[in-house]
Amino acid sequence: MPSFVCSFPLFMIVGCLLSAAGSMLMRGKAARNLAMAFGAVLFVMDSVLLAWTVKHGAFTYSMGEFPAPWGNELRAGVLECFMLLVFLLVMLCSGMAGYRFLAEDVDESKLPLYASLMHLLTAALCALIFTNDIFTGYVFLEILTLSSCGLLIVREIGRTTLAAVRYMVLNLLGSGLFLLGVVLLYDITGHLLMVPMHEALTEIIADPSMHLSLAFAAGILTIGLAIKSGLFPFHFWMPDAYGWATPTSASVLSSLVSKAYIFLLLKIYLRVFGPEVLSILPLSRILLVLGILGVVLGSVSALRAGNINRMVAFSSAAQIGYIYMSIGIGGTEGYTAALFHILAHAVTKSILFLSTPRLADVSGESLLFRNLQGAGRKDPFSGAFFTAGALSMIGVPLFAGFASKLVIALSAVDTGNLKKIIPVMIALAASSVLNALYFIRTLIRIWHDPDGSDDLYDPAVRLPETVPYTAACALLLAANLFLGLFSWEAVDLIRLGLSMFS
Amino acid sequence: MLETLLANYEEAVAVILFGIGFSMLLFHRNLIKKIIGMNIMDTGVFLFLASMGYIAGRRPPILEAGVEGIENYVNPVPAGLVLTGIVVSVSVTAVMLSLTIRLYKRYHTLNIDDIYRLSKKEHEEEDR
Repeated sequence: MPSFVCSFPLFMIVGCLLSAAGSMLMRGKAARNLAMAFGAVLFVMDSVLLAWTVKHGAFTYSMGEFPAPWGNELRAGVLECFMLLVFLLVMLCSGMAGYRFLAEDVDESKLPLYASLMHLLTAALCALIFTNDIFTGYVFLEILTLSSCGLLIVREIGRTTLAAVRYMVLNLLGSGLFLLGVVLLYDITGHLLMVPMHEALTEIIADPSMHLSLAFAAGILTIGLAIKSGLFPFHFWMPDAYGWATPTSASVLSSLVSKAYIFLLLKIYLRVFGPEVLSILPLSRILLVLGILGVVLGSVSALRAGNINRMVAFSSAAQIGYIYMSIGIGGTEGYTAALFHILAHAVTKSILFLSTPRLADVSGESLLFRNLQGAGRKDPFSGAFFTAGALSMIGVPLFAGFASKLVIALSAVDTGNLKKIIPVMIALAASSVLNALYFIRTLIRIWHDPDGSDDLYDPAVRLPETVPYTAACALLLAANLFLGLFSWEAVDLIRLGLSMFS
Repeated sequence: MLETLLANYEEAVAVILFGIGFSMLLFHRNLIKKIIGMNIMDTGVFLFLASMGYIAGRRPPILEAGVEGIENYVNPVPAGLVLTGIVVSVSVTAVMLSLTIRLYKRYHTLNIDDIYRLSKKEHEEEDR
């Protein structure tokens, strides 16, 4: 079914690359406006694509019209479009809400560069989500890593540079392993496109002498992507990287970049390996254990943090643990839970990272808990947004966080395997209690009025640029509530996408 | 086991190089040596690809007059992948070197542990 809509994935990727080049030639304000306008255009294109794929099903787009075993392909289905839709929304809102902090943290002359990096990052996200070729996946993985490193170092203080170096070192280890895995798979199968690769693998799997090399390739691919997305014990760069970056970067990095790696991993699991190859290795059990450890230890580190941004960053490490735990549960239900949690976390963590800098602004530019006393009363908007994000993190009904915990628990029950159900339930319960402990402590801190004076909120000292900030955060909150209230519709959409996947 | 290794000695060397580079990138405290390690690691992968793509007795994949048929040429894809990989590796090296220069200018050392200590001192207050 050739249709104009089928070219949209290519237009989106190439458009991002072109506007990345274009925004470097502009001035700060113009580059920002271009980024916003282009983000909105991408959002509309992706919505059209989503509607089209729901109606007509998934399609592949072969570049240059070279047929399947050769050439390079893009593939778009319901799942890809839905994920990208939420990612683009988070990206747009983070850019809009974080612009004022950006103007403070970044030199005026570097603003076009920042916009250009955001475009590159969007291009890499789109390409990773749409690509059907595993080596293209590797190339855009590196583009994603490099542009996210750029987003970290725009704030030119020693600490961010150091955080960026540690981030890069771990990411490079991950890319190296991923590349070796890709090359090994190419060696074994002779293909780079996912579908022919899968067909070759289903024949090769019959030969037991190939099991060792297949297991090795699958193992290092998984380890590489796990390192890149920050699975426990590779999560220690997170607090420094997220805690010191400018708010837009922190929000984009924590809610999108690490999730894109996980999406690629799931794509490789489902579209290349399939259950036969995965059953050679005890990968799902390893991921389950590491995920549970990440959930619990991430939450414990968050509890011990004395700085609100570091606390939120450690809680990101715990959320990555949730996602890997769901992948470890396995099966369609587990993968659905993992994908839903990716979305729920994206629309929650971005709100938290966008509200903390404002709370710091009214507390003498300090992110330390002891200085945040009553910050929510001084700036009720960001206080309210932080509260909403925190409630979603804890898992209060109505919010996306509750729905995702429920979906994870149900997917564990669905396996009927007590060895999986009991640890998952214990991890969910323990981490919910820990989440509640550190977030409620923070909420009391920011809303409690120490001196007993009725109202610390002074309309006269309004923070500048409140309208775009509030609008962006409200949009994210609306998306969060939408995922929380219509969670079964979203889950059904993910299931539909997964059924088109393989 | 040994015979298989000897028969595929190029791949074996490539994996050993990968291991050396990987552990250098992970464990070395000196930033420049970390970057060198990263390059060795990538080179190992490229050697693996190149040796895999080479078939003894065949010609490079450039069409020559009078030589027809694909059985006379090697597969061009591995070479293409190596070239792409080299481009990626060069750009990553450039970024890492520029980050290293920035850190060196600020802290006057290349040892990442020392840099970490110094920067912790800078922000002692916010960093718990």
